[in-house]
Amino acid sequence: MFTFDLLLNALVAGVMLGGFYAAVSLGLTITFGQLDIVNIAHPAFVILGAYIAYMGNEWWGMDPILIGVIFSPVFFAVGVAAYRIYFVAFEKRGEETLRGLAFFFGVMFIIEVALILAYGVDFRSVQASYIGGNWEIGPIGIPTRMFVPFAVSVAMFVGVYQYLSRSFVGRAILAVAQDRLALELMAADPVRIKQIGFGIGIGTAALAGALLIIIIPIEPSVGRLYIGQVFAIVVLAGLGSITGTMVAAMILGVAESLVSTFYGPSWAPAVAFGVLLLALAFRPQGLFGR
Amino acid sequence: MTAAVKNRLFWGAVGAVVLVGFLLTTTDTGANPFWFFAGYFVLQYVVLATAWNIMGGYMGYVNFGSAGFFAIGAYSSVVLYNLMKAPLLLMIPVAGVVCALIGLATGYLTLRLRGVFFAIATLALAIVLETLMVNWEYVGGASGAYVLRPRTIEPFGDYVRYLFLVMLILATLAVVVARWIERSKLGRGLNAIRDDELAAECAGIPTLRLKLVATTVSGFLMGVAGAPFALYVGYVEPASAFNLAYAVNAIAMPMIGGTTMWAGPLVGALLLGTAQQVANVTISSELNLLIVGVVLVLFVTLAPEGIVGLVRKHLVRGRK
Amino acid sequence: MDVLGRRSLLSSGAALAAAAVLGLGTFHGTAARAADPIKVGFSMALTGGLAGAGKSALIAMQIWEKDVNAAGGLLGRQVQLVYYDDQTNPATVPGIYTKLLDVDKVDLIVSGYGTNLIAPAMPIVIQRGLTFPALFGLAVNEKFNYPNYFQIMPAGPKPLTDWSRGFFELAMEQTPPPKTVALVGADAEFARNAVKGARENAKNAGLEIVYDRSYPPRTADYTPIVRAIQARKPDIVFVGSYPPDSVGMVKAAVEIGLETKLFGGGMVGLQYATIMQALGAKLNGIVNYDFWVPAPTLQFEGVNEFLKKYQTAAMGKGVDPLGYYLPTYAYSYLQVLGEAVTATKSLDHAKLGAHMREATFETVVGKIKFAPNGEWATSRTLLVQYQDIADTNLETFTKPSTRVVLYPKAWQSGKLRYPYTEAR
Repeated sequence: MFTFDLLLNALVAGVMLGGFYAAVSLGLTITFGQLDIVNIAHPAFVILGAYIAYMGNEWWGMDPILIGVIFSPVFFAVGVAAYRIYFVAFEKRGEETLRGLAFFFGVMFIIEVALILAYGVDFRSVQASYIGGNWEIGPIGIPTRMFVPFAVSVAMFVGVYQYLSRSFVGRAILAVAQDRLALELMAADPVRIKQIGFGIGIGTAALAGALLIIIIPIEPSVGRLYIGQVFAIVVLAGLGSITGTMVAAMILGVAESLVSTFYGPSWAPAVAFGVLLLALAFRPQGLFGR
Repeated sequence: MTAAVKNRLFWGAVGAVVLVGFLLTTTDTGANPFWFFAGYFVLQYVVLATAWNIMGGYMGYVNFGSAGFFAIGAYSSVVLYNLMKAPLLLMIPVAGVVCALIGLATGYLTLRLRGVFFAIATLALAIVLETLMVNWEYVGGASGAYVLRPRTIEPFGDYVRYLFLVMLILATLAVVVARWIERSKLGRGLNAIRDDELAAECAGIPTLRLKLVATTVSGFLMGVAGAPFALYVGYVEPASAFNLAYAVNAIAMPMIGGTTMWAGPLVGALLLGTAQQVANVTISSELNLLIVGVVLVLFVTLAPEGIVGLVRKHLVRGRK
Repeated sequence: MDVLGRRSLLSSGAALAAAAVLGLGTFHGTAARAADPIKVGFSMALTGGLAGAGKSALIAMQIWEKDVNAAGGLLGRQVQLVYYDDQTNPATVPGIYTKLLDVDKVDLIVSGYGTNLIAPAMPIVIQRGLTFPALFGLAVNEKFNYPNYFQIMPAGPKPLTDWSRGFFELAMEQTPPPKTVALVGADAEFARNAVKGARENAKNAGLEIVYDRSYPPRTADYTPIVRAIQARKPDIVFVGSYPPDSVGMVKAAVEIGLETKLFGGGMVGLQYATIMQALGAKLNGIVNYDFWVPAPTLQFEGVNEFLKKYQTAAMGKGVDPLGYYLPTYAYSYLQVLGEAVTATKSLDHAKLGAHMREATFETVVGKIKFAPNGEWATSRTLLVQYQDIADTNLETFTKPSTRVVLYPKAWQSGKLRYPYTEAR
């Protein structure tokens, strides 16, 4: 069954979903793509952000996005601390690949279980004025619940992109993965730079978490489900490319939405991971890779 | 003690373990079936952890998809059961071969990549495999499939005793294989890849071929670990067969025990597996999972050489 | 000292220590004396995906334990529940039941919550010829055909099709009767089976199936699915879903303005107070299955006393605060077992099973008689419609008027508002 309306709607829904995926992936593009730290706990940090948004919403009736913005600096600090541990325990010893991975795997597990102990496995959701609305533009309908996260995600991307390409520290972050020595010659301490970069990466998780809980109800282990998608996007983007992350997220979102609409939703996850496996096998440098 | 004596000791221990296992399961000692159930679970982790370590420990390639291999092992048993009510002893080699082929294919597709990409690819692989099983009606799809195990089997009596003995033999086999790899040229080649892949390549080590052998062997053992699962639990459905706990434990156990030696995953699996079985019936809460996470993080940050490494270091120091 | 020697010593030492810890359990495994309590063993999901439901079931079961003991116990002995957390993981179940039977020496057993956690216990139960009251498993016994399995969930003697029969009968009674149906369900055990039954019912009713797809649990956005359904313009839509996706489907249907005449069917989760509160007025018009609601037709003896106790006990525990859906049945399946023990004056599983196959039981969810396959002899899968929900207060959902029973006719408490587009 194919109609033009359905196609348009599927495309729009895919773009909205892609915007959200991009928000979740941005942090990993910075930490994994640019700093070369395989933070597979990133989706767990996103879930943590989502629970904080839930708490703020439940206790004080605050807007989840506002909570996300307020907590970004806190997450930034957590990221800085996490990088400190990571640096001392692994990078300094040159053991980051294997043990670093296991470390973040453990961290992911701890966050998840701690959330279960604190909140149980019930699904939680937030209240906000824009949840439940719907815009009709001609034949296209856009749920505001999807549009608001999309818009916030785009804004976050613009902000991070500007910061990384304009400020000194931002440029240093972009440089650190490529040429450590040159950076040191410029009198910038690579460890400090990486620390800030990692902090920003985790900081985005606070906001991404708020967006997540606006879109769907969450429970502590939903983060796992996004690990594959998020890595697929980051790899497909070509490690470290901010623009590429947005584009790759859109591709994945649209692909899922089209499969969901026209073929059968139960194959949607396989699409994402099929794309990842193919990308890894045939174009590991990604779409925007150098 | 010389290497030859050590070797003889090892084989003696292997023989003793199998013999004791055989006696335990065939004679009626009045032993409680629960011990066989619990023991089976721990031994299954010995196989998984050892299999993981062949790639993760010796070669430095992290496999996050252990649960995928394990589940495919279980599912190939479901297929065989549906087809012809095949006996366990046929299920095991078939599951092993299927998973070895999947391991080989994954290796072939992704091993030209850096280790990290390989790790992510295994994660994706597990999810793709799960999606396939969910959509494959022949093996029950999302609703799961029943595999009815016989009540008894001669000369063991209760079928669970038989499952236990089979798993004990598989665990012994896995350890023997791991030890053999560790001491062979293959193992030294894998270690060279772990330490510096580029240098190994330059030194003329056929890295791609060695890596493929390792993924195949590791896949085979994981499949073998999953094959009896279908009969053990009697009901296989995707969410439980692809349970993340298998992936976590397969990584945590060798990391805690020590990744450089065959004894590492063995010790790790026995300790952590037993602890989990005890916690299952005592603490009965998520705390038990939290402990696994915390112990894993503590070990990788503070004691990267694992328990076996710590003990060994202590002994070396003692001797000086 | 040789490295290897110590190493193997270490590992065998660890194994021994572990064995010793586990072995503690065996010391009190002596034969039960008359004064010892009657032990009822089971596994329950206290962590993992089904923990929310499992915990609420446990509370209900503990109320039964207390009630029975306050009334003097069974056969003059006190009762004691012995349970372990199965972590919603089927792989733990065989071990738990062997532990219960062989180490804890329980006298009676009942099942944990949910199909996935009942099925793995079946081989052990069958092997030992035990009587096994089970809590909410869909069509578990179809493969086993075990005579001493008794399912408390009122799905009916043909659980797969009885489940959705009401939905289709109700639809076909309307004028003009619907011609097309869309079937959609989650990729998981219960939902798949519910849709399978619905498919059969749809065919029997002569409906044309215009959409028949499943989706992975925890899809982030359900709007593409609902749009794809909308594009086929089905007269009625049957959904088989789990709590998170039930919420997603309802939200998407309201957002898009799904145009169909009957919407709902097998959506798990819409019965829970927390989810009803989260959705509020979005539920209006949905016609969904349920097992107990506070309708005037369903006021069985003892049910309100039980609910009062439950609601007090559940407060602040993060479980369903009302306790209509599962806890009433968790209490009942123990009532059935208790009544059987009293009637046969025995703990003999064969006698208990024989009695349960024949007798009619009085429980807080009404009279129960089992069919030969262990399901309820007649289905009492209720079909309720959400009506007149204006706010999200908890009290709203305690009112009989917000959830009206439409089917089976014997329990009907109100009228269907049809079609869905006007009822919402």
